[in-house]
Amino acid sequence: MIRDDLDGKRIAVTGSTGFLGTALVERLLRSAPGCELVLLVRAGRMRSVQQRAQREIFRNDCFDRLRAELGGKAAFDELVGRRVTVIEGDVATDGLGLDEAGRALLASCDTVIHSAATVSFDSPLDLAVEVNLLGPTRIAQTLNELGSTAHLVAVSTCYVAGNRRGAAPEILVDQSPFWVDVDWRREVEGARRVRADAEAASRTPARLAELMEEARRELGAAGTPLLAAKTEQRRQTWVKDQLVDAGRARAASLGWPDAYAMTKALGEQALAENRGRVPVSTVRPAIIESAWAEPVPGWIRGFRMAEPVIISYARGLLREFPGVPEGTVDVIPVDLVVGAICAVAARGPANEDGSPDITQVASGSANPLKYERLVNLVQSWFGDHPLYDSAGQPISVPDWGYTSRGRVQGQLERSKHLLERAERALQALPLRGTQARWSAKVEEKRDLAERALTYVELYGAYTACEAIYGVDHLLGLQESLAEADRVEFNMDPRVIDWDHYVHEIHLPSVVKHARVRTDGNRANAENRSDRLRRQVLSPDRQMAAFDLENTLIASNVVTSYAWLASRRLDGDDTLRLTAKLLAEAPQLLRLDRADRSDFLRHFYRRYEGASVEQVREDAAEMLSQLILTKSFPAAIRRVREHRALGHRTVLITGALDFVVAPLAPLFDDIVCASMTIDDQGRYTGQMIDVPPTGESRASALFDFAAAHDIDLAESVAYADSASDLPMLEVVGFPVAVNPETRLSALARKRGWLVEHWSKAPGFTPPRLPLSHAR
Amino acid sequence: MPRPGFVLDVDRSTPPILFHHGEGFRLEKLPAGRSRVLYPAEPLAALDDVDAAIRETLLHPLDSDPLPALLRPGMKLTIAFDDVSLPLPPMRRPDIRQRVIEAVLDMAAAAGVDDVHLIAALALHRRMTEDELRHAVGDRVYDAFAPQGALYNHDAEDPDNLAFLGTTDQGEEVEINKRAAESDLLIYVNINIVSMDGGHKSTATGLASYRSIKHHHNVRTMQHSTSFMDRHHSELHHSNWRMGEVIKNAGVKVFQIETTINNDTFGQSGPMSVLAKREWEWTGRDRATFVAMQAGLKRMKGSTRRKIFNGWQAPYGVTSVTAGAVDPVHERTLAHCFEQHLVEVEGQTDILTLGLPYICPYNVNSVMNPILVMCLGLGYFFNMYRGRPLVREGGVLIMTHPTPWEFHPVHHPSYIDFFEQVLADTTDPIEIEQRYEKQYAEDEWYRHLYRTSYAYHGVHPFYMWYWGAHALQHLGKVIIVGGDTRAVRRLGFKSASTLNDAFEMAEDVVGRHPTITHMKNPPILMADVT
Repeated sequence: MIRDDLDGKRIAVTGSTGFLGTALVERLLRSAPGCELVLLVRAGRMRSVQQRAQREIFRNDCFDRLRAELGGKAAFDELVGRRVTVIEGDVATDGLGLDEAGRALLASCDTVIHSAATVSFDSPLDLAVEVNLLGPTRIAQTLNELGSTAHLVAVSTCYVAGNRRGAAPEILVDQSPFWVDVDWRREVEGARRVRADAEAASRTPARLAELMEEARRELGAAGTPLLAAKTEQRRQTWVKDQLVDAGRARAASLGWPDAYAMTKALGEQALAENRGRVPVSTVRPAIIESAWAEPVPGWIRGFRMAEPVIISYARGLLREFPGVPEGTVDVIPVDLVVGAICAVAARGPANEDGSPDITQVASGSANPLKYERLVNLVQSWFGDHPLYDSAGQPISVPDWGYTSRGRVQGQLERSKHLLERAERALQALPLRGTQARWSAKVEEKRDLAERALTYVELYGAYTACEAIYGVDHLLGLQESLAEADRVEFNMDPRVIDWDHYVHEIHLPSVVKHARVRTDGNRANAENRSDRLRRQVLSPDRQMAAFDLENTLIASNVVTSYAWLASRRLDGDDTLRLTAKLLAEAPQLLRLDRADRSDFLRHFYRRYEGASVEQVREDAAEMLSQLILTKSFPAAIRRVREHRALGHRTVLITGALDFVVAPLAPLFDDIVCASMTIDDQGRYTGQMIDVPPTGESRASALFDFAAAHDIDLAESVAYADSASDLPMLEVVGFPVAVNPETRLSALARKRGWLVEHWSKAPGFTPPRLPLSHAR
Repeated sequence: MPRPGFVLDVDRSTPPILFHHGEGFRLEKLPAGRSRVLYPAEPLAALDDVDAAIRETLLHPLDSDPLPALLRPGMKLTIAFDDVSLPLPPMRRPDIRQRVIEAVLDMAAAAGVDDVHLIAALALHRRMTEDELRHAVGDRVYDAFAPQGALYNHDAEDPDNLAFLGTTDQGEEVEINKRAAESDLLIYVNINIVSMDGGHKSTATGLASYRSIKHHHNVRTMQHSTSFMDRHHSELHHSNWRMGEVIKNAGVKVFQIETTINNDTFGQSGPMSVLAKREWEWTGRDRATFVAMQAGLKRMKGSTRRKIFNGWQAPYGVTSVTAGAVDPVHERTLAHCFEQHLVEVEGQTDILTLGLPYICPYNVNSVMNPILVMCLGLGYFFNMYRGRPLVREGGVLIMTHPTPWEFHPVHHPSYIDFFEQVLADTTDPIEIEQRYEKQYAEDEWYRHLYRTSYAYHGVHPFYMWYWGAHALQHLGKVIIVGGDTRAVRRLGFKSASTLNDAFEMAEDVVGRHPTITHMKNPPILMADVT
């Protein structure tokens, strides 16, 4: 009995935060009550390994069954406390990054199950090499250093066999007749060099200039600190892309579907060479999917390989996916893999000399699922259970076409480029509000095309892989089990009824996890904007900061100047003033785009010599004649709602104090520009402080919050353009109001609330902001 | 000799009837045999010499010493006058207020009175602009008083300039403009366009604060004013009269001047004159004018149309000027009003139809928003009755008006929020009053806009709703023809695209072959229902 074999054993597990690892920990705790577990967990950036284990392992619904069987959370926590020790460790570091206590604990283990891997199919080459290739070797070396001869069960993948047709039996990788003899050490060096080269290439002046330009295109005049951060982020992404490409290219050149399979294969080879006195067993699962029976049918964790493809198809995004109808999709439910691993661990090394024995856990040879059958099952299921679009309409699934990868990729590439061009063209236009939503549509489409393309690139290779994985060892192992174990630790793929599995287990589970709309009922699902609005208007918020121009009113500093200036002019002079302003408009616009503060400084000189008393008097009238006529009633209502909720309301604007003075009753505080006054009571045209624009708005907000003991993370900011990004970014709840294209795109990406506010309907304010001469 | 108003029974030969429809018109054929149309009286003869009539009544007032005898040097004199909400549409220059005020000021000057203030008695309405004040009092008066700060708008939210005068026997607080209350003589200059205006309501409402006005501007009072156009059956007026008593007892001496105008709203010639004619009397020229007007209006942008209609000033003739003590003056004024407006009608009707025009008291030089549409139809027009409502209890009211979802951002800020927040929640007047009134009435921002900009008081949209409370309680259904469906629905009414559809919908409530009465207003008429 496996439970007896593991009784009193201490088992170390790596990768326990992953899909397979979590299921493994659960099974060992539930079905092998006599064993103890030592979990090697990487420390998170913010959390200790204990916190991480609690959050990412034991809170998972995988343990619901065990929790229930034990009679509640307390009993479960007690069990975990008694049988599980979590230690910090990282298989990507030599010596596994263990401290002394960790080393001692590892040395005391009887078995080590290594399931840590970077399974993401688009991980950068160097990361895949460090984790997948060198990881197993590092564990073996550490055990040897510690004088341990614990049994190492290494989880690999069937795909180490590479892209090929025909049988792929359970043999060592280099024993295959198709093995291309490469030295794994060279590959390690190569990967590290690619990283160094890419890092260097990303720092050349030309590349940096390009990255800065991209950042500016995305954010606009957002100010130096934000642009710098964005540029650096883009650089890192660029380096990563280089490494992903390098990995895919290297894997393809050696006949593997991707860097994951390649590094796993080389990792097996390296482990065989470096295992020292440690006996090794290798378990190679195929594509692991949701559970057949244990802990509950359909249990799955994370969004895995096939799910994005299935959901994209159900949403009508993917019409074609490369593959041949008669090809085999080698899917294996996670609980069967767990059963095999437990059985291997209980059995111990198969070879007397401790050299690696191989067990493949796959369905392709014993109980194959053909691609065509899978497609038919998926199609018929979504026919009966359609997803719903945002308008609450069911989405009908397309007939799945079988085609070659090249063709699909070509199509997708073309539409992606076309959409990219359209998007760029739209971004260059000065659009706002509703019009800006066109670009949202284009962007959304481009996004879809891009995502579909990624899936095809990533997973297409697997559907082209027509190898049939032998499972003789697996079936033999199942045979050798006691009667009860054959059920409890089942690993036999022949038990799977694919129709039942796809229709009743896998798809319902996938749809549930994908959080997609599965009914057309709009009332139930709170729409995203409503939810965000509710957060923004929660009594927990502390402050609401507002920009003025185009956020509260459809007006700007030039308009208010024109109004004030024309108030004391007769008809002809008004005409001249208008002509002058219009002539200057292009220059002003340029200046404004380049640097808002410079523009304001330059523009406010016009007020030089204006009588303070007169301007203040006129500004009071301007509230009714200009500002209110151009105001957004919904915006003013929002300010008032915030006030009513007890939030501190703040106006932060580059406009002049006398312009905003009539709005004072709306706000607790106003941060604005002001000018010095000479001894004759006239404005000098010089600003007292730097007007709060760009980054200085963020710091103004920061200072304000500090001075009033306000938590910015609990505050809301409203603004309309990308140049307000610094202000929006410092608060926890940014709101984009009538955003121009660029901010609109950013707001969508970041999940910010977007408000479209308009002037009072039916009232047409005067076309020109000119006052009647009195 | 002007013809009186009358009731036309619609038969198969009756031509289509003209319905007002906001800044436009409709011609509607009413079902023969069961429909009738109420026509207003033709304009009564105007006074030949208005100035002489003014002098005459100032020298021979009712139950009062002649005005010159009330004036003496060193006294504090305040002249209050009706605001921009009267008359509708505005009157061609010279405005009757200007004529009366000039006559009063002449006498004051002759008597050596030099402490004179002129106050626009606007209660919780928006402040009048300089142009509007100039139109009401004339340039001569404006230039003589405004620069010194002696001509201004009443401010119901200025705590320093309100005087509390006491409470009525029913606990109603009376608080009015301090300058008016502390003057040796308060002269109130009215334009009594309908029988609701004037009397003690002039001072007790026009110069009062929210604290005081809320005692009669509420749902209970309005539901017990049947109708508020009928002073002796109006709880609104009873309350104002009680307050008038308190004002008198507090020592405030009011010299009331009331004026009435005739029905000459659209002129005897010119493009608008066709609106005052009876359809079967239209000449070929009238018909051509109407067709051309319709075609022209259709082509215009909404804002242009509004500008044209807002620009119309009526050539009203003045039919009476009466001065003296409030009660006798008002009784005489009522007689003049009724002489022009009352039309005898026999029996109630199942369906009342109304063509709502482009203007109501609260959108002069402004936008007629949906809340004002409700108030004009269910408030003012529905209440244009004496005796009992023109439509039976449980009957249907059908109104034609485009009811656009439009608002004036400066004049009606609290209306916008009322429409977006309050009406989105409930249309029940009692619930609205209980849950929302206080919050809007005491709102700091609305107060700021009322006092410094040109906004109606925060509570004003509530009063619009209360004004229709009696009708809401009485009616079985309200249908708006040709309105913005969304806006109509927000008001809690039903929307129909044609009058015939509306009749179909009404049958659900009043049954097959209902009787229909169309009240052709304006020019103004008041149904005397027996």
